[in-house]
Amino acid sequence: MSDVQGSKPSSATNPVDPFLRIDRMPSIWCPGCGIGTTVNCFTRALIECGLDLDKVAIVSGIGCTGRVAGYLNLDSFHTTHGRPIPFATGLKLANPELKVVVYSGDGDLTAIGGNHLIHAARRNVDLVVVCVNNHTYGMTGGQVTPTTPPPAIASTTPYGAFEEPFSLPLLADSCGAVYVARWTTYHVRQIAKAMREALQKRGLSFIEIISPCPTLYARRNRLGDGLAAMKYYKQASVIQNGADTRQVGIGYQDKIICGKFVDRERETWLESYNKRHVAALGSKFRPYPTGLPEVSEPAGGNHGHD
Amino acid sequence: MSTTADPAGVLTGSHYIDGDHACAEGALAAGCRFVAGYPITPSTEVVERIAGRFPRVGDGIFIQMEDEIASSIAIQGAMWGGKKVMTVSSGPGFSLMMEHIGLAAMTEVPCVFVDVQRGGPSTGLPTRPGQADMMQARWGSHGDYEIIAMCPNSPQEAFHLTFDAFNLAERYRVPVLVMLDECVGHMIEKVVIPRADELEVVERKWTRKKPGEYLPYEVTDGSMVPDACKAGDGYRIHTTGLTHDERGYPTMNWRAQEKLIRRLVDKIRGQAGEIVRYEENDVDDADVVVVAYGITSRVAKRSIESARKRGIKVGMHRLVVAWPFPEQRIAELSRRVKGLVVAEMNYGQMSLEVERVAAGRCPTRLVGHGGGMVHDPEDIERAIVEVAQ
Ligand SMILES: Cc1ncc(C[n+]2csc(CCOP(=O)(O)OP(=O)(O)O)c2C)c(N)n1
Ligand code: SF4
Repeated sequence: MSDVQGSKPSSATNPVDPFLRIDRMPSIWCPGCGIGTTVNCFTRALIECGLDLDKVAIVSGIGCTGRVAGYLNLDSFHTTHGRPIPFATGLKLANPELKVVVYSGDGDLTAIGGNHLIHAARRNVDLVVVCVNNHTYGMTGGQVTPTTPPPAIASTTPYGAFEEPFSLPLLADSCGAVYVARWTTYHVRQIAKAMREALQKRGLSFIEIISPCPTLYARRNRLGDGLAAMKYYKQASVIQNGADTRQVGIGYQDKIICGKFVDRERETWLESYNKRHVAALGSKFRPYPTGLPEVSEPAGGNHGHD
Repeated sequence: MSTTADPAGVLTGSHYIDGDHACAEGALAAGCRFVAGYPITPSTEVVERIAGRFPRVGDGIFIQMEDEIASSIAIQGAMWGGKKVMTVSSGPGFSLMMEHIGLAAMTEVPCVFVDVQRGGPSTGLPTRPGQADMMQARWGSHGDYEIIAMCPNSPQEAFHLTFDAFNLAERYRVPVLVMLDECVGHMIEKVVIPRADELEVVERKWTRKKPGEYLPYEVTDGSMVPDACKAGDGYRIHTTGLTHDERGYPTMNWRAQEKLIRRLVDKIRGQAGEIVRYEENDVDDADVVVVAYGITSRVAKRSIESARKRGIKVGMHRLVVAWPFPEQRIAELSRRVKGLVVAEMNYGQMSLEVERVAAGRCPTRLVGHGGGMVHDPEDIERAIVEVAQ
């Protein structure tokens, strides 16, 4: 156990400090960038979720958001572009005691890594996936992504984006994620709450956070600074918990439907793995630990912790 | 640190199995307990066997991923979760794995990549042999790094070398590549698997330091290999494919690059003497030495026997470990033979290395072949005869 969990930070220090690698501050993020806000929310969720933080691991891909892993005082892995989900899948299955969080950008998770996202959701690997959606590739200078709403300007769509974007909650929902929520960086309390709920859930949770990139996306589209983004989020957000994810697509500077859209139960990959092999092999199968507290099964019962 | 193998994974006894199955058993015996893969001929039998065996062996997970990119990084996550890990593929899938061989080299992840080589490039000849991924094995990922690559020439050796690959991966914290070819992968021969207590397994070199004292990339002894830890043990480590310092933190300058990459390269180059492995026959009096590996070494054996009958003094140097390359030994041979003949199922890969090391002291003659079929032994014999003259 580290000295972090459960300790009451003194009022003189920022309560999030113990969760950060202070020796790596300041971060690389620009003034007004939303990524840091989401990290603050995440540390709040860590404080509130009651998990042993030695058993929480964070995995990022590559990008401005991809740097999140490097700033958190957890077992943290900065992997390759688009691949944090399969890395996290291996980590979780190898050591099911861990709570594994994937934290990355929209380009990382839905363009180059889109295939991994849909399959992890389908498999219901026990992961929390946080996608910071700034509608652009921040790290490489503001190119178009699968979530850029037309006709926004990006460096590779100098005359405006024109492809149909993904609506990420719909994507995650239709692939089987057990928890799907969207908030903007204006909604700090709701983000923290969603993250806490996701950390406490079993199966693949997906949280999309709409976040400003003042340096590239906002500047190119003359949308103002970080503060202007907050004003827009405040005005344009409509909270609709339980909304049909087919109705939550985001248009350019249009309304943003936020809320918790999906919260359901499904067998996780490891639970299905054990169940199938018990059925097929009986006592020849040596069950694999699922990371859940041991549940003593009634004799002859087959309804343990499915 | 070494112990004997966990008996749960060791299928002691004599078996008639092919090289792919033997490779899977070698991994199981070595303690591999996480495999991720994607089907591709002629390697699929390896993962099929693992998928059947893990649930009975216990403590192991096989997952068929959505592609080879995912497979080659899922194993790295699993390594940080504490497992010994492997992925398996062939040409097209091996190409997709290249970025993650670099990640494993950079973040010092002990892991095993199996490539059952088929005819290429592209989809090539899926069901037929090739040996044309040898340079890709060495240089396929971008940047400078070192790996270890081994080339079994029989199912028995597929068992042993896969087993050894895990030990080498742990000892040096590098990706180790087991480069089968379709012939060795699919040929059925007798494979004797020893008892667990006869198999020496290298354990991960876990740190003895406490959280707070331990730095994941600090080297504390002469081995140039940092001590290991796993996620969940309280160390709160950071790893990154970016250039990093001892703490694992990104450090974006040329000094950090120089320090890190030098060490990654030197930890293998500096200990190449211990890693290099070859087998030689009839080289003491030889005027000509044939250099071959994998299935081609078995074809070349015929050519050598036939040439010996004709009175030509010819021997064989078989690469068991191809990378690091046996520079010293090939240099020695080049000083005292009339010529070196390299037979391989490509149009010149390991032969380039032989030529480089021979450095003009003797001619190097390539007997190349596009793959899809083993060499005609007469082609190799003809080269032997010509070089001997
Ligand atoms: C294989 C590969 N392709 C491309 C890149 C270059 N690259 C680095 S970050 C990035 C985009 C990141 O965008 P996003 O995931 O949206 O994150 P953001 O920077 O906006 O937070 C790209 C294309 C890379 N590192 N690796
Ligand atoms: S470029 Fe954009 S996303 Fe990246 S740190 Fe700056 S504001 Fe944030």
